[in-house]
Amino acid sequence: MVEVKNINYAYKAGAENVLDGVSFDIGAGECLAVLGNNGAGKSTLLKCIDRINPTVGATVTVAGKDVFSMTSRDMAQHIAYVPQNTTVVNMTVFDAVLLGRKPYIKWDTTEEDREIAMGIIERMGLEKYILRNVSELSGGEAQRVMLARALAQEPKLLLLDEPTSNLDPRNQHDVMQTVQKIAREHQICVITILHDLNLAIRYCDRFLFLKDAKVYACGEREVMTASNIEAVYGMHVHIENYGGVPVIIPFPDVK
Amino acid sequence: MGKTLNENLLAYNRYAGRKKLTLAISVIAMIFVALYAVGVGSIQIPMSEIVKVLCGGGDNLSRTTILNIRLPRVVAAILVGASLAAAGVVMQCVLRNPLASASTLGVSQGAAFGAAFGIVVFGGGVVNSATATSAITINNPYIVTLCAFVCGTFATAVIIAISQFKKDVGPGGLILAGVAMSSLFAGGSTLLQYFTDDTKLGAIVFWTFGNLGSTNWTELLILACALTLSMLYFMFNRWNYNAMEAGADTAKSLGVNTRSVMLVSMGICSLLAATAVSFVGIISFVGLVAPHIMRRFVGNDYRYLLVASAFAGALLLILADTVGRSVVAPVILPIGALTSFLGAPMFLFLLFKGVGRNG
Repeated sequence: MVEVKNINYAYKAGAENVLDGVSFDIGAGECLAVLGNNGAGKSTLLKCIDRINPTVGATVTVAGKDVFSMTSRDMAQHIAYVPQNTTVVNMTVFDAVLLGRKPYIKWDTTEEDREIAMGIIERMGLEKYILRNVSELSGGEAQRVMLARALAQEPKLLLLDEPTSNLDPRNQHDVMQTVQKIAREHQICVITILHDLNLAIRYCDRFLFLKDAKVYACGEREVMTASNIEAVYGMHVHIENYGGVPVIIPFPDVK
Repeated sequence: MGKTLNENLLAYNRYAGRKKLTLAISVIAMIFVALYAVGVGSIQIPMSEIVKVLCGGGDNLSRTTILNIRLPRVVAAILVGASLAAAGVVMQCVLRNPLASASTLGVSQGAAFGAAFGIVVFGGGVVNSATATSAITINNPYIVTLCAFVCGTFATAVIIAISQFKKDVGPGGLILAGVAMSSLFAGGSTLLQYFTDDTKLGAIVFWTFGNLGSTNWTELLILACALTLSMLYFMFNRWNYNAMEAGADTAKSLGVNTRSVMLVSMGICSLLAATAVSFVGIISFVGLVAPHIMRRFVGNDYRYLLVASAFAGALLLILADTVGRSVVAPVILPIGALTSFLGAPMFLFLLFKGVGRNG
């Protein structure tokens, strides 16, 4: 469904690559967690896939179509991106979600656009806030609005940059459950950056470890090993099974 | 029990209806104030007579007063106010700076220098009388507008370059850059004034006060064309501006070519502000104040904010001009000074409130 090949990126010409030959693929309805230390190039990777950062020699295909040869409008109908620390827009929840229909709007929104936006708002449990300003919502609710806006694009690939940052544990799980549900129900591929390894192992199907600008490991549950985590994060961990749920316990002081 | 999808859509439609009502009220208010302004002056003309004249009737004195003096002045206030406000609201959006406007970024001063340059060097203006209301007439509006546009665009280009190449400059930094540009053009204007003859010097100084009474119907037609074409472009991009409010990365992911929208929008804003300034002189703060007033009523949604700001700008300028004509009548106070009295406290209010994104 989504194939990413040979992404290289440097912030300045001649500088060291922050991404070096990054390649991977994901199937429909799967959720891939991008993992790695701060500065490993995780956010840069998402921006390269969404053409925000220009890359040379890379190919990204979504549902068999080459992303780099699409028009901006066509690309926005295939890929939705929720950046880290999204600007909280000063507009109502409904208007913020309706903004996701932008790639489909010619002169103005149609009745269909408004129905799609309202349908997503209801699915995300935000219907009681439709006329509230997004800036008045809690962090978790605002994050849901941003997710709803991205879903209104009806994308085939959803890119999420730390969707759980600044959220309390309850909201972190709520948001990730929603993401997982959306991926399964709509057969959308999700690539999400996560710092919480327990959220990643619990809600994601595939894992991509970035280290020294390269892919250190990529695969399903079998790559979430203590040795891989130690190698990437430089920290000793134990992985325990607690009632069928894998739990990663860090031991930062153990050398 | 929760509301159904249709009930929620109806609730939103009612909310959108209230915003449209705000637009309708601002249009009606503008028309009412414009008609009132036409009647105010050394000869008071009742509303019924104004309506008669506008419908093709009325006596000769009223017709001459309204059609040759008062109406062009009020129409100039509408067009200039709307132009400056529309340019201001778009600049605030694409530069992501709530303090941006033609006057705070140095575009007006650049255009004023260009216009003065066109008048003095290319002979675009001529002094035709010593009366305060018609000290200078622009007899070649094209060369003056072109000069104003070139210099206004130069100021715009510098601001764009700073915002693009020094991304951490922040809203305050851009305004300081605007102060620097204003200072540069003020220096240029001073040199022009220093080397020109006394008559032109007096005319230029008077012109920089801002004067809505010097426009003729040809100039108003040029202003109307510039405003109409610009508003069409702005309205065509209203969803792009909404997307840009959510941040550059989000806008790009929604399919907006942020760079091209920003560059073209700033170019058009520059043309619009420069055209207005070249005909009526420097009128400060309308482009800053009008959008912020209307944000309180219609929010940051550019589907409504663009049109609402334009009407508010027109309304503000008619009010300021009417006050200027009536407060110490028959003396007419400079419109530029009055808008500065109105705008400066608002500017300070915004500064004290914080120049955060939502102003």
